Amino acid sequence: MKIIKTAVLVFPGTSGERDAHFALQRNNFSVDYLWHDFDQSLEYDLIFLPGGSSFGDYLRPGAFAKYSNVIKSIEKYVLQNRGLVVGIGNGFQILTEVGLLPGGLALNESNTFICKDVLVEAINLETPFSNSINPDNNTFRFSIASRYGRYVVNNNEIDENQIIFKFLHNPNGSSENIAGIVNKDMNVFGTMLHIERSCHPFLGYDEFNPIFESIRRYLTRE
Amino acid sequence: MNNSVNIQQLALNLGLSILEYNLIVDKLGREPNEFETYLFSAQWSEHCGYKHSKYYLKKLNSSFESENAGYVEIGDNAIVFKVESHNHPSAVEQYQGAATGIGGIVRDILAMGARPVALLNSLKFGDLKESKVKKIFNGVVSGISGYGNTIGIPTVAGEISFHETYNNNPLANVMCIGVSKKDELMSSHADGPDRLMAYVGSKTGPDGVHGASFASKEFGKEESPERPSVQVGDPFAEKNLIEASLEIMKIKGVEACQDMGAAGILSSTSEMAYKGKLGCELYLDKVPIRQNDIKPWEIMLSESQERMLFLIEKGCEEQIKKICDKYMLEFAIIGKTIQTSLYRVFEKEQGKILAELDIDVLVNAPEFYKNNVVPTSFYINRGRKIPSIEESADSILKRILAHPTFGSKRWVYEQFDYQVGTNTLIIPGYADSSAIWLKGTQNAIALTIDSNEIYTYLDPYEGTKNVVYEAARNLISIGAKPLAITDNLNFGNPEENEISWQFEQTIEGLISASRELNTPVVSGNVSFYNSYKDKSIYPTPIIGMVGEIEDITKIINKKFKETNDEIYLIGKQQINLEKIGGSLFLYILKDFIGGEIDTVDPLSELQLHKFILELIDKRLVKSVHDVSKGGLLFSIVETCICSNLGFEGNVGSTIEELFGENQGMFIVSISPTDSSKLEEFATTKKIEFKKLGKVVSKEKGIDIGTHKFDLEELNNIYFNSIPNILEDNRC
Repeated sequence: MKIIKTAVLVFPGTSGERDAHFALQRNNFSVDYLWHDFDQSLEYDLIFLPGGSSFGDYLRPGAFAKYSNVIKSIEKYVLQNRGLVVGIGNGFQILTEVGLLPGGLALNESNTFICKDVLVEAINLETPFSNSINPDNNTFRFSIASRYGRYVVNNNEIDENQIIFKFLHNPNGSSENIAGIVNKDMNVFGTMLHIERSCHPFLGYDEFNPIFESIRRYLTRE
Repeated sequence: MNNSVNIQQLALNLGLSILEYNLIVDKLGREPNEFETYLFSAQWSEHCGYKHSKYYLKKLNSSFESENAGYVEIGDNAIVFKVESHNHPSAVEQYQGAATGIGGIVRDILAMGARPVALLNSLKFGDLKESKVKKIFNGVVSGISGYGNTIGIPTVAGEISFHETYNNNPLANVMCIGVSKKDELMSSHADGPDRLMAYVGSKTGPDGVHGASFASKEFGKEESPERPSVQVGDPFAEKNLIEASLEIMKIKGVEACQDMGAAGILSSTSEMAYKGKLGCELYLDKVPIRQNDIKPWEIMLSESQERMLFLIEKGCEEQIKKICDKYMLEFAIIGKTIQTSLYRVFEKEQGKILAELDIDVLVNAPEFYKNNVVPTSFYINRGRKIPSIEESADSILKRILAHPTFGSKRWVYEQFDYQVGTNTLIIPGYADSSAIWLKGTQNAIALTIDSNEIYTYLDPYEGTKNVVYEAARNLISIGAKPLAITDNLNFGNPEENEISWQFEQTIEGLISASRELNTPVVSGNVSFYNSYKDKSIYPTPIIGMVGEIEDITKIINKKFKETNDEIYLIGKQQINLEKIGGSLFLYILKDFIGGEIDTVDPLSELQLHKFILELIDKRLVKSVHDVSKGGLLFSIVETCICSNLGFEGNVGSTIEELFGENQGMFIVSISPTDSSKLEEFATTKKIEFKKLGKVVSKEKGIDIGTHKFDLEELNNIYFNSIPNILEDNRC
């Protein structure tokens, strides 16, 4: 099986890096941690921005992280279409702050942190992040854990095909029930769903992770 | 401030007693100077000095206060854990009070060289219908959420109850668990002279000055000037401090570590040196400060958060500084250990000396001990006759479910990230304990936290025993072997006779339960002066217990699994009507607190635990739940709600049988094809059992023979209990 080379980015305040490491390794992805001051070119198949509170979420989540050196390297990496980027939770917040993904993440409608399992439906199965999903079996249970988890976007900022996942029951007031999106070039994926927590039956989830599976399929097909 | 009257007056103003002042003068052979008086006021406060508890705590654990926390071993791992309270700060400023409470206990675990992997909490609030209590409740929950989630440690379990006794004195107790390799544990003892004391973390400001003596006072007596002694937490700095400390501890030459907690620099430096039978020198100009106008004694007493003290050998400063720079933390060498057992503080190296004290005198606050007598209230409470209840079981059940102590805590735990770390094998709401996976092995740590303020009020000795056994049952219910205990003893004013008696009884109860269960008390904390306007809270010992799961594939929860599975009651079969005192239904329905509480029979209880563990180990049963608060019917109902399945059978016919609380009962569910095996096994082991009924579909609801309940309706009451009270502004 081809090894997919992954970089997991670590900012001060990131806390999901080891969770990402565990999940990626279970899916046979190799993992390097990259500290946020990394300023070289990114020679990887996948860049993973994990969850947590980079820079303490001060000002607003992602507001400081976007000035880290590694972000410039990511922008180049995305532009040159070298590989894929996944941002989970705080990683998604950073990607919207940087502008690699449209919209932004606002305070949950409840004004509180929400940690629970939610059901989502995959609606675009033709992206590098969703190509292995069976259209007859496209509902998944994932965990969310965020305070700034309400995705807000204007209709004119996002095309319908950029939406990969929608909530079945909107937990936090996200626009159009959106739960996961890609950029127009479809190589950057952002979501508040903690897909990396779904990696082991002991932890209460299926072994099969549709997103990692799709990434593998996409990268090994090319 | 040179004449004796002024120093004496200062000592008194700072909370020392005249007796203590005289003792200091006597031991030093002179009067302390002003600066030294400040040091004594903090180091000899109840909070740091354990003046009213030391005598008893030494009986509980011979190595009391030796390290930052205790530990047990599972495989190659050391499981480090401790519970601590932040009751006073949470009463005054809920958000920061609760938040900094987490910060403090996390650093205690970290100081042992362990990565913190889980948090639990035990929260006690007053009557939730009161607007003031709503505010406290909201603030504490959001403080835990804000701080705990940001530092990336999951909050995996907890307990919450509501009682008027906590109206002005909420309890916020937090337990933290960390994991380290056995041979990588860190000590807090200095191990030689001429080692450098390295300060790592946030800068020092005047915040929290007097925090230790503040926690050693009662509320409501007078508007004390120390009210704003609450510290402010910075979870981002804490997260950086966690990562930095774990990296620093890997450096050769780093010898000891201590959190700068209560009485900050003073207590961490003095205790570290004292435990190594050494002295130390400090240079205050080296301490990173946040503002220039801070006074020398404020630097010593400050409880600014997110600071650690490391003892290092000369030569590794640069390596540590590099790590601190990476994590945006201050680093400074603020002093060193010396061979002479003196505690010396200088304005600067070779500068003016501010304090020179015999370190033994400074660190060892006096011990107080009272000859306790049983207060008459104990006999009066015990003699009170249990009221008869005229209400129907239907109405009682609904009232109980609507009470926030019984209603679902979903509103709370959904605000806590209980999964980060991806080690959480049991999430809140589905079992009696949580379990944290030790990745790379088949083992898990089982965790629970428990208390019962009504039991411990009515009978501190037997009540405490019941709580310890209940904690053990929680662990047994998921298939874990109980290993050890941590406790937080929350009490009123220890100078009062009744409180002193309660405390002694609690310690005695804790000692006997921990001996019987073979679960030593390895760490703990005491919180006194939980009183308001001379009224003390109910004595509330909170017990955290840690257990071992050998094979995580055998972990079991309390959920019923399939219709037609049979449900058994294992253990005590017949409610002892003489001993249902302290049952919560009596309090909720009749505001009655009295009667005799049930007692544990150690021998049969231990047999029972062993039996349940064997059932789980043989994979014979599908679910286990221990019967506790709310009695048998509530246990069945709660299980049905969380399983989304119904029940049909016979639970009992009288109100006391349905809701009375007795010790030593479990309910299990089992496939009908296995039930004869269970019955045979129980008979050979001489364990009492009885088939209560079977699992049915949720549409059929709950049918207990005498009554029928609609599951949907109970669901609504149960899950909306806390949200409804919070939203109701009429109360």
